Amino acid sequence: MGFEIPKMNYTGSIKEITLGKGDKAVTVGGESSYPFYLFEGNMPRKPRIAMEVYDYEPTDWPEAAVEPFKDVLGNPAAWAKKNVEVYGAEMIALQLRSIDPNGMNRSTEEAVKVTKIVVDAVDVPVIVWGVANPERDTEVLKAIAEQCAGENLIIGPVEEKDYKQIGAATIAYKHIAIASSPIDVNLAKQLNILLGNLGVPENQMIVNPTTGALGYGLEYSYSVIERIRMAALTQEDDKLQYPIICNLGFETWKTKEAKLPQADAPTLGDAKKRGILIECVTAMSLLLAGADILILRHPDSVKLINSMIAKMTAAE
Amino acid sequence: MALTGIEIYKMLPQTNCKDCGVPTCLAFAMKLAAGQAKLDACPHVSAEAREKLSSASAPPVMPVSIGSGNSVFKTGGDTVLFRHEKTFVSPTGIAVLITDKMSDTDVGKRLKNYKDLQYERVGLHLKADLVAIKSESGDASSFEKLVNTVKGEVDAGLILMSDKVDVLTAGVKACSDKKPLIYVATKENADAVGNLAKANKCPVAVKGSNLDEIIELTTMLAGMGLKEIIIDAGSRTMRKAFEDQVIIRRAAIKKSFKQLGFPTIAFPCEMTNDLMEETLIASTFIAKYGSIVVLSDLEGESLFPLLVQRMNIFTDPQRPMATEKGIYPFNNPDENSPVLITSNFSLTYFIVSGEIEGSRVPTWLLVLDTEGLSVLTAWAAGKFAADLIGAFVKKCGIMDKIKHKSLVIPGFAASISGELEEELAGWKITIGPREAQHIPGFIKEYKV
Repeated sequence: MGFEIPKMNYTGSIKEITLGKGDKAVTVGGESSYPFYLFEGNMPRKPRIAMEVYDYEPTDWPEAAVEPFKDVLGNPAAWAKKNVEVYGAEMIALQLRSIDPNGMNRSTEEAVKVTKIVVDAVDVPVIVWGVANPERDTEVLKAIAEQCAGENLIIGPVEEKDYKQIGAATIAYKHIAIASSPIDVNLAKQLNILLGNLGVPENQMIVNPTTGALGYGLEYSYSVIERIRMAALTQEDDKLQYPIICNLGFETWKTKEAKLPQADAPTLGDAKKRGILIECVTAMSLLLAGADILILRHPDSVKLINSMIAKMTAAE
Repeated sequence: MALTGIEIYKMLPQTNCKDCGVPTCLAFAMKLAAGQAKLDACPHVSAEAREKLSSASAPPVMPVSIGSGNSVFKTGGDTVLFRHEKTFVSPTGIAVLITDKMSDTDVGKRLKNYKDLQYERVGLHLKADLVAIKSESGDASSFEKLVNTVKGEVDAGLILMSDKVDVLTAGVKACSDKKPLIYVATKENADAVGNLAKANKCPVAVKGSNLDEIIELTTMLAGMGLKEIIIDAGSRTMRKAFEDQVIIRRAAIKKSFKQLGFPTIAFPCEMTNDLMEETLIASTFIAKYGSIVVLSDLEGESLFPLLVQRMNIFTDPQRPMATEKGIYPFNNPDENSPVLITSNFSLTYFIVSGEIEGSRVPTWLLVLDTEGLSVLTAWAAGKFAADLIGAFVKKCGIMDKIKHKSLVIPGFAASISGELEEELAGWKITIGPREAQHIPGFIKEYKV
């Protein structure tokens, strides 16, 4: 008697969302099974990777993270171009760290200017990520939404405290809102409902359930993403049927273990490979939980993860 | 599949005799279903019911142990498919591969790294668990010699790998006291390998070319009386190997499919030639149901991320990880160095300590026992309160290490600073940043 594979009965699927515009627009979502469970469902769109660009010249990065970009650090347009042309980035994630009022506190005008420069420099979708300071993000992201109207940018984080204003701007100027909540299924759902009530169309929203790096809360993100997917696919919770984005390059490369030189920690091995593997093991875990979009830093990580995604989804 | 309380109740005597210590049979049945009572507590249950109930209550994934003495690796026993449902009980074992065709240098390096690459994190000791010794030459005496070398060098659980019975027999002879895992029983040799495992009371692995073949093999070995079985599904392409792991574990847990109710072994070392990619393949099986992963090599840069991932995936999802309370010195502080205090939620500790270390400013960090809550949550719950902090500062011994009386508290606990000044008379209480990332900027400017 042949063994019969026990299959899940999925009752829901993830919405397909198109990011960016033109030939290089990227569509994510559409899954009708748990991630890579291809023996019982479909994953019509593979998970996709965005590469980071920063709006200032970082000074505290480990050598491994600086090296691939050393000719373009401090020049966001050149950096974005290099990511696309040399490293094959399918999307760019512009990290607006310099607007932090507790940090460099750069002006809204500067943030708008750098965003426009980056958007003009590349033809791939651009994710614009603020500093999770509701007051600052509201002002900056609203201005960017307006000045880049029609670009179909992906804008966030949009949080409970600033969703009305940033959400309204994404509606008015046709961008995608990154609904962001602190590692909790119910809070994620609640914010999605609030944004829906505000009028954000279903095809203009993705979800960021907050990312913890390997050793720094990864398990919380992992389980929340799994639970969101479970609710979306098996409990027909249509308020959670959105693609998920994880901003993990920023989180992983700032950890102590990704920064330590080999001389300071011989048992942790080669510093460059270690940094990349910390980023990649975090990325693999999040993909297995249900992430659709990963924001990564190192070009080698992008290559490795793309290769793993290809192998996980290869035709049999 | 686990029985419900009602299903169990139907098999009990239903006399409410209370001999089991529970007022009614129904209540006892409910306790059994919840795993809070043992059937043995009921002296009146029929032999037939006992058999039914005990087979229904057998763990869906059979427990297996490899090794003896101080180096026993235990696996199996998991009951759920998702970590938020209940803690995963058996963390994936990490094995390194050694073969009789490797040079002495390569073998020596792997064994040395097996011993040296160990890490402490949140009070947990992280290390690899097993050494897989493979016969590639097919020669029994060279295999036996290699087993002896490994046994003499490291105290690890051993996996003996060959498809030849005489080679495996020689290997088992060299380490039968170590209860090695015998790998591998296939269609061709299952009888002889099964007998070898039975005679030496060792766990045995099966390998087939598809799940039907695996089921035949486990059925046969179980029929020989072997209980400790490990499954190698045989697939070596990423997609198929991943799907097999999911299907095997799901069949065991959701369908109580006994022939697949065993731990699994996966071979990232046979799926790629690149150690970086191998690490990611291993990480996939750590997340999804691999009980043992065999790696081609151990390096700090690859082993450390896998050990931390394993710790993350296999922690109790209900209980926050906590750091030991106490005084933590960073960057060689002295009697004039600043003193900061934070909570003992391990993430808080990691992030705060990482920032302090990165700042290069000599600093004392006090960690208060907040029962694993973060600063803000602990403050809201009254566990990061002035009286607790005051008592801790006085008792923990920091006053013997410093000449000043200055303390920096987290920005989220700003509202307790007044009360804390009363608790710690003569101290200067400074409100630090809310976010750890702003600590370096803060302590570079801060004067005690």
